[in-house]
Amino acid sequence: MHPPRADEPVFAEPWQGRATALTILAVRLSGRNLDAFRHALERLDPADYLQQGYFGRWLNAAELMLVEGAVLAPGEIEARARDLRDTPVTAPPNPPRGRAPAWPAGPGSLRTVDAAPAFTVGQRVRAKNISPAGHTRLPGYVRGHAGIVEVVQPAAVFPDTHAHFLGEHPQHVYSVRFASHELWGQDAERFAVTVDLFEDYLETSP
Amino acid sequence: MTTDGADRGTPAALRTAALEQLLTERGLVDPRVVDAFIADYETNVGPRNGAKVIARAWTDPDYRARLLTDGTAAINELGFGGPQGEHIVVVENTPAIHNVVVCTLCSCYPWPVLGLPPSWYKDPAYRARMVKEPRAVLAEMGLELGDDVQITVRDSTSEVRWLVLPERPAGTEHLTEQELVPLITRDTMVGVAKVEAP
Repeated sequence: MHPPRADEPVFAEPWQGRATALTILAVRLSGRNLDAFRHALERLDPADYLQQGYFGRWLNAAELMLVEGAVLAPGEIEARARDLRDTPVTAPPNPPRGRAPAWPAGPGSLRTVDAAPAFTVGQRVRAKNISPAGHTRLPGYVRGHAGIVEVVQPAAVFPDTHAHFLGEHPQHVYSVRFASHELWGQDAERFAVTVDLFEDYLETSP
Repeated sequence: MTTDGADRGTPAALRTAALEQLLTERGLVDPRVVDAFIADYETNVGPRNGAKVIARAWTDPDYRARLLTDGTAAINELGFGGPQGEHIVVVENTPAIHNVVVCTLCSCYPWPVLGLPPSWYKDPAYRARMVKEPRAVLAEMGLELGDDVQITVRDSTSEVRWLVLPERPAGTEHLTEQELVPLITRDTMVGVAKVEAP
């Protein structure tokens, strides 16, 4: 890593801003949700994921969602891009007058659940050692490891089902504090990491 | 593993233009909405929002207490909220305790107070290494912490968003809230730098 640049522009190139906005709009246009969007990012070709950069990933995920949502045909973006490359660009028509339509607002991810939290602050818990087949927000590096509940966070929709249109299954979320030596062994730097984990990811630990 | 068969040799700018044209032709996207989004995140929604929150906390003990108890509500008091800021938790850095924020699974970041994430925050190396060797990563980024400082890394794996309340540096006691705002940089509110006195 290098020291951060203080003057880095939000969008270094104009297409990056447009790709960002179009991708967020594509989530809804394709009938997806935030979790399904993250799952789309995870399913990109791994070499592309690393080589195409953040905004390239978003663009590719937008295409994947729009094709899977049957808004666009496979290859349609590529075909149009070739047309644009091979034909002289004509000036776009003047935009219609008037106020821009509002940015669409979503329902968000937080929910209220009736059940009391299964775990309490200070309790020792273990991240389950599981390997969900699809999308999950249980990071691999904590699976099977024990930590202490530091904060009970507001309940939220469960990404593992929501990303696959299997329902929201809202549940409590816990910030769990793991010691570095628990995760990385005795030779690790001394520090702690908190990970925000859904209730279904956790079990009690002696 | 999924590939969509597209020729990745086509420049992203061209593919973006193609996408916008296709969605606009179908009446699904209004380019003015795209323009407004870009203008918003280039000018309105950025780390200056977070800096106003921190400067208020440094100068108003009651606000500071509210911010640390219910970050989302205290931040809303200053008019900031919205996407990627549904539930913001503020953690305080002190000479003994240092918090630093990462998202190992993607690049989750508190947009309403910091804007869109900078390139280093999205770097796969930052995402992978910050939870494994934070002291080394911070040193590479220019922040050397003493061995006695306890580091807590905050991995943003749910919809909780973390904001660091950095230490107010010595020598700024005479500055007003408004004078403090420009000192508070994005990097200090993620926890990869400390605020420096002018």
